[in-house]
Amino acid sequence: MKIFVPIKRAIDYSVKIRVKADGTGVDQANVKMSMNPFDEIAVEEAVRLKEAGKASEILVASIGPAKAQDVIRTAMAVGADRGILVQTDAPTDIGGVEPLAVAKILKAIIDAEKPELVIMGKQSIDDDSNQTGQMLAALLGWGQATFASKVELDGSAVKVTREVDGGLETLSLKLPAIVTTDLRLNEPRYAALPNIMKAKQKPMDTKTPEDYGVSITPRLSVVKVSEPPKRTGGGKVASVDELIDKLKNEAKVI
Amino acid sequence: MAILVLAEHNNKELKPATLNAVGAASKMGGDIHVIVLGHGCADVAQAAAKISGVAKVFKADSPALAHGLAENTAPVIAGIAKNYTHIIGASTTTSKNILPRVAALMDVQQISDIIAVHDADTFDRPIYAGNAIATIKSSDSLKIITARGTAFDAAPASGGSAGIEDLAGASDAGLSAFVSAEVSKSDRPELTTAKIVVSGGRGVGSGENFKIIEALADKLGAAIGASRAAVDAGYVPNDYQVGQTGKNVAPQLYIAVGISGAIQHLAGMKDSKVIVAINKDPDAPIFAVADYGLVGDLFSIVPELTEKL
Ligand SMILES: Cc1cc2nc3c(=O)[nH]c(=O)nc-3n(C[C@H](O)[C@H](O)[C@H](O)COP(=O)(O)OP(=O)(O)OC[C@H]3O[C@@H](n4cnc5c(N)ncnc54)[C@H](O)[C@@H]3O)c2cc1C
Ligand SMILES: Nc1ncnc2c1ncn2[C@@H]1O[C@H](COP(=O)(O)O)[C@@H](O)[C@H]1O
Repeated sequence: MKIFVPIKRAIDYSVKIRVKADGTGVDQANVKMSMNPFDEIAVEEAVRLKEAGKASEILVASIGPAKAQDVIRTAMAVGADRGILVQTDAPTDIGGVEPLAVAKILKAIIDAEKPELVIMGKQSIDDDSNQTGQMLAALLGWGQATFASKVELDGSAVKVTREVDGGLETLSLKLPAIVTTDLRLNEPRYAALPNIMKAKQKPMDTKTPEDYGVSITPRLSVVKVSEPPKRTGGGKVASVDELIDKLKNEAKVI
Repeated sequence: MAILVLAEHNNKELKPATLNAVGAASKMGGDIHVIVLGHGCADVAQAAAKISGVAKVFKADSPALAHGLAENTAPVIAGIAKNYTHIIGASTTTSKNILPRVAALMDVQQISDIIAVHDADTFDRPIYAGNAIATIKSSDSLKIITARGTAFDAAPASGGSAGIEDLAGASDAGLSAFVSAEVSKSDRPELTTAKIVVSGGRGVGSGENFKIIEALADKLGAAIGASRAAVDAGYVPNDYQVGQTGKNVAPQLYIAVGISGAIQHLAGMKDSKVIVAINKDPDAPIFAVADYGLVGDLFSIVPELTEKL
């Protein structure tokens, strides 16, 4: 079975981002970029399925700038076999390629590649949309299991445990299907140096959104991007007694 | 203009998140309708009809809708979507699962997790874990939106007397099936709507040690939350996680115990009215957002606080 994993390049989760002074977006210049953490989890899950003998090939794809090939190579270094870079200079956080357009491009790749399982992140940590997997499932007419914390593949079905607001829920999906990952699905491995070298030899195609006949014109225009209101914190108390006194008499919250 | 709100429920009770979604809908202007998709969900439809400001309730009752499977629910919503300018759900795992599927069926770019409404087309939403706020304007004729519960006042649960209309045509798409659920049970207030939240982090050290957090929460009538690290380590269940990729809370009082204050955690709680931080590291970033920081060992401070309250 072939597994397809869409991966996004985004500002690293540890970076303190800066809003651009002109209010048009978030500064991407000279900041550390990485694979979206949920996508690392998706790649890891695919690799584990392959190691368990349940999958034969792992294809990854990223829609983004030429530099997005870095995340494709990273995925290859931990076990992905093949990659597709769908190159565009449009922003991928906001005001550029939006989840609906991403889903349409991914659908076109899937129509051509015919994977039986798609594993992807539940959310990009830049746009925080949490949409693409669900949209892709709709466009394909496939089943979806979002926010997965456990994936069990057997024959023609996949059983997925999902993290939901009230606890956990388990679904069974007919294949082909879409699974989106939550944080506790697995702990991604680090790539070993020799594998990073070997990854450079693995096959990668470069395409454009036009190759797939998909318009990436945004539906949402960015009026402005601003800093959130600053919280004035930093207050300290010296003892439990002082804390209780402040909560009762100053803040009046207990 | 008419706005359709997706009801959040468990077939028996309407969940309070629905009231916040109606609250958000009321900012857009237009008739507000509620859609209840479920099985044996008559009581939920009744409750929805009583929400103040709701003009009409659609009830689709079918075994195929019993578990809210997106493959079965989304087509029902899409079936009536053309009558609406907006479709809104609360930012819960239910709406997050279903509405993007509806959006793709309708060829609409969804707007996730709005926190403010400027006009019928223009909204604010946090991006980058709330470290930036994007004001965006939609060019789609239908807007599909999830709204952050903490950002919108709940519509009054009573005062309305909407008519209930049955919606037929639900069927099983045959793509997915419900297997089982493990629903967390607690007598404490619900995390996202509680007035006080006590959250524990990795510093608490173990599930066993969480008892001191529970004792404090019980004294205050508070809900319990946690950082990702505490959930990952198995101290508490997944649905306790507060943050960018967990739940958003904005209580009157948030007490962070043994939590460092990573941006992903702050994203879920920095709109709380008053923040207390208890941490032994005076340089922990959580203190930068805390109104009242207490530096010290949580294992002595928390029991003392519980006792003296
Ligand atoms: C994609 C992604 C999504 C994420 N989403 C979330 C999310 O939604 N929510 C979330 O919370 N995190 C999230 N995180 C994780 C986040 O980055 C942090 O790793 C996490 O919040 C840290 O949890 P913590 O503060 O409990 O642990 P730590 O950072 O390890 O902090 C523990 C704190 O406890 C203090 N401490 C230890 N012992 C004591 C003691 N005896 N008395 C007092 N203080 C003590 C220490 O000084 C320290 O400050 C996410 C990360 C990623 C990459
Ligand atoms: N530009 C992109 N390239 C590849 N995959 C993407 C891209 N954008 C989103 N995705 C996938 O969709 C998931 C959810 O993203 P989002 O809907 O933007 O929160 C991500 O975790 C990725 O797996």
